[in-house]
Amino acid sequence: MKSKLDVHSLNSYYGGAHILTDVHLKAHESEVVALLGRNGAGKSTTFASLVGLVEKCSGSVIFNDEEICGKPTHEIVRLGLGYVPEDRRIFTDLTVEENLLVGKQPARDGVREWTTEMLFEFFPNLAEMRNRPGGQMSGGEQQMLTIARTLMGNPSLVLLDEPSEGLSPKIVEEMASAILEMKKYGLSVIISEQNLHFAKLISDRAYIIEKGVIRYEGTMTELAQNDEVKNAYLAV
Amino acid sequence: MDFIFIQFLNGLSSASSLFLVASGLSIIFGVTRITNFAHGAFYMMGAYVAYTLTESWMGALGFWGGLIAAAVAVAILGALIEIVLLRRIYNSPELFQLLATFGVTLVIQDLVIQIWGVDDLLGRRAPGMKGAVEIFGQAFPTYELMLIVLGPLCLGALWLLFNKTRWGVLVRAATQDRMMVSALGVNQAWLFTGVFTLGVFLAALGGAVQIPRDAVHNAMDLQIIVEAFVVVVIGGFGNVLGAFLASFIIAELNAFGILLFPKISMILMFLVMAVVLVIRPYGLLGKAEAHPRTALGSVIRPWAPLSKLGKNWVLALGLALVFLPMFAGDFLLNVSTEILIFALFAASLHLMMGVGGMVSFGHAAYFGLGAYGTALLVKFLGLSMGATMVLAPFLAVAGAIIFGWFCVRLSGVYLAMLTLAFAQISWSVIFQWDDVTGGDNGLLGIWPDAWAADQTSFYYVTLAIVGISVYAIRRIVFSPFGYTLRGCRDSLLRADAIGIDRLRIQWFGFVLAGSFAGVGGVLFAYLKGSVFPDYISIPLSVDGLVMVLLGGIQTVAGPIVGAGVFKALSTFIISHTEFWKIILGSFIIVLVVAFPQGIVGFFLEHFSKKKDSIEEGKS
Ligand SMILES: Nc1ncnc2c1ncn2[C@@H]1O[C@H](COP(=O)(O)OP(=O)(O)OP(=O)(O)O)[C@@H](O)[C@H]1O
Ligand SMILES: [Mg+2]
Repeated sequence: MKSKLDVHSLNSYYGGAHILTDVHLKAHESEVVALLGRNGAGKSTTFASLVGLVEKCSGSVIFNDEEICGKPTHEIVRLGLGYVPEDRRIFTDLTVEENLLVGKQPARDGVREWTTEMLFEFFPNLAEMRNRPGGQMSGGEQQMLTIARTLMGNPSLVLLDEPSEGLSPKIVEEMASAILEMKKYGLSVIISEQNLHFAKLISDRAYIIEKGVIRYEGTMTELAQNDEVKNAYLAV
Repeated sequence: MDFIFIQFLNGLSSASSLFLVASGLSIIFGVTRITNFAHGAFYMMGAYVAYTLTESWMGALGFWGGLIAAAVAVAILGALIEIVLLRRIYNSPELFQLLATFGVTLVIQDLVIQIWGVDDLLGRRAPGMKGAVEIFGQAFPTYELMLIVLGPLCLGALWLLFNKTRWGVLVRAATQDRMMVSALGVNQAWLFTGVFTLGVFLAALGGAVQIPRDAVHNAMDLQIIVEAFVVVVIGGFGNVLGAFLASFIIAELNAFGILLFPKISMILMFLVMAVVLVIRPYGLLGKAEAHPRTALGSVIRPWAPLSKLGKNWVLALGLALVFLPMFAGDFLLNVSTEILIFALFAASLHLMMGVGGMVSFGHAAYFGLGAYGTALLVKFLGLSMGATMVLAPFLAVAGAIIFGWFCVRLSGVYLAMLTLAFAQISWSVIFQWDDVTGGDNGLLGIWPDAWAADQTSFYYVTLAIVGISVYAIRRIVFSPFGYTLRGCRDSLLRADAIGIDRLRIQWFGFVLAGSFAGVGGVLFAYLKGSVFPDYISIPLSVDGLVMVLLGGIQTVAGPIVGAGVFKALSTFIISHTEFWKIILGSFIIVLVVAFPQGIVGFFLEHFSKKKDSIEEGKS
């Protein structure tokens, strides 16, 4: 399998605080990778660093054979690295369609190109509320919308920060099948989660991060059987 | 009745140009979070360039084309300024952005005078619209009718732009969450440039369409910017429809205010603004900011009591000041007295914004009220200097009590704008109330008592009063009250949470700062022997801000050093060049961009770095 993203010795800081220490991470084409860790472990910071949203960071981030560490956020995203932050950040004053329009980027070679209509098929709930302002949607609907909005940029890799957080079991299921569908289309997906429940359903491989350091790396099947590691680093 | 209707129409046509300017200001703020003080200057540029173009281009096409071309030309200038200057300060605290754009205003003001001269220019009338139409038996100029249509037309065009184009949707998205917009692959920098250019285009167009109505002159900018600020604040920053509503309200208020209350017409709009802000702190249609920031951000570091070295400096400075009259001539003494007075003024402003976190764009109000208090007591009651010095500051205190009550209810730009508004109210009262204040001519003949009349004695009087006041300010900063005040500044929410009555604390801080400024005003009135409306004007307020910024906002010493350097420099430069505003403006810009920590901050940084390396060497 071809490597999509290859992260080496990534270090990040907030003000004076050293948050990430020598983080490494890999994702291949059409692979779902889970980044697991407890509250405050550094999952969001890792994602933010990858897309250039952390002011001070250093290291090497190779995306599609190109070094992207230090590039401005919009350039990284335009290379096909989609990012869905954990607090969703829907534009509440904009309608569903307008939210999607903001995410729109030109087509990219060898990557599935999404249109609004395809996404409405992909997330049927959204189709029913095209003209509704983002502020008047439920948490689950907003989560679908942020993912759809990021897909509008035709990414080849998507970072999903805690996609299952605060969602009802039914929506979580929908979310899982949507992510597997994305994988089928050839996208790589990295999700961050605090526990295994959701990650187990969809991920091929997993990393565990604690206090900004990667503590474990392995296939999802291995991790699911390793109680020692699970108890040490994950919320149950 | 007919007359009232015509007046209503007049109001509408003014509302249109006001809307053009204010909507530009509002859009720029909405996306870039920059409060563009230079907006009035772009409006003025629009008028001047349009004047030149329509004078040289013939015919109807030349006229209308000239207006549009002028707006486009000024918009290009705006884009350049955005790229060269504003891009560097998007992450700076609000105060710095306001000051930098004020610097741009100063530069443009001087350039306009250099290019077009100081005389008013009368522009061409609009071809085909020179006549009037009859409405209810009254003649109403056709051109004004066209303007009435222009406002809603522009509102419609803006609506289409923001709702029917991707660019417009991006702008709306950025108004709400800039970070998310770039996380979706949009290059913010160009979005900002585009928005700024559009805003400037609207302002310049607003100026350009003025030329058939009014003479083009070099005070157009401050006049319109104050009104535009009021409109944007009333309508809600970032809200175009709000700007439209508020332009209508303000323009009609002006149209009828002039008829009903000619004396206080200028004040009416500020009163309306104050009322609106108290009822709806984010304007009629505005919303609370999702990610509020303080006007000063994290520039301010905790204070430390004076170090040994600092004490030595203070002692040396004190001694130098005490012995100054022995070797200084009258001119130098006069300048030094003025510097001392401004040191107090700057220190009081610093107390309000550095310690209290309330950035004031109208601190001259309290200075001016102190000065006018003095003049009135001397003129009407014939009080002696001693009695006046005790009583006059109370006019400033009264002003601060009233204005402060409103101001502390707001924060950030809104607070800054409200302080500006109150200063303008005070200015217009003084300017218009001829019988009492002498209006533009000021009041003359306010001299110190005989014992303090010579330069040296008055210098010592000033030195004593300023010395005591500055010492008092320092004590206040380090008193429990000072700590509480800083607590309120650092975290509005936290201070509320731990049960401090924030409003009252800040109000008290506001009044204290105002009173010290008032004392400065009293001294200044005696020094000059006269008072003028200038003492209460926007430029003086801005001088104060520059002094504080120049010295550095982190320390009590900063504003004092800043006042000294600023006054000395300006005295020197004014006597050597006519490009004072260009120099001052560029100076402010450089200061904000390259030197935001100020002189004292710079030395502290330098010094503490050295100390660190020495300590490292030891270990
Ligand atoms: N803006 C910030 N400024 C300073 N420190 C921060 C900031 N954001 C996060 N941190 C710190 O960085 C560390 C990692 O935070 P991060 O948000 O990456 O954790 P996380 O794994 O995403 O946690 P959660 O599961 O709660 O979302 C935490 O200790 C947090 O306190
Ligand atoms: Mg997180």
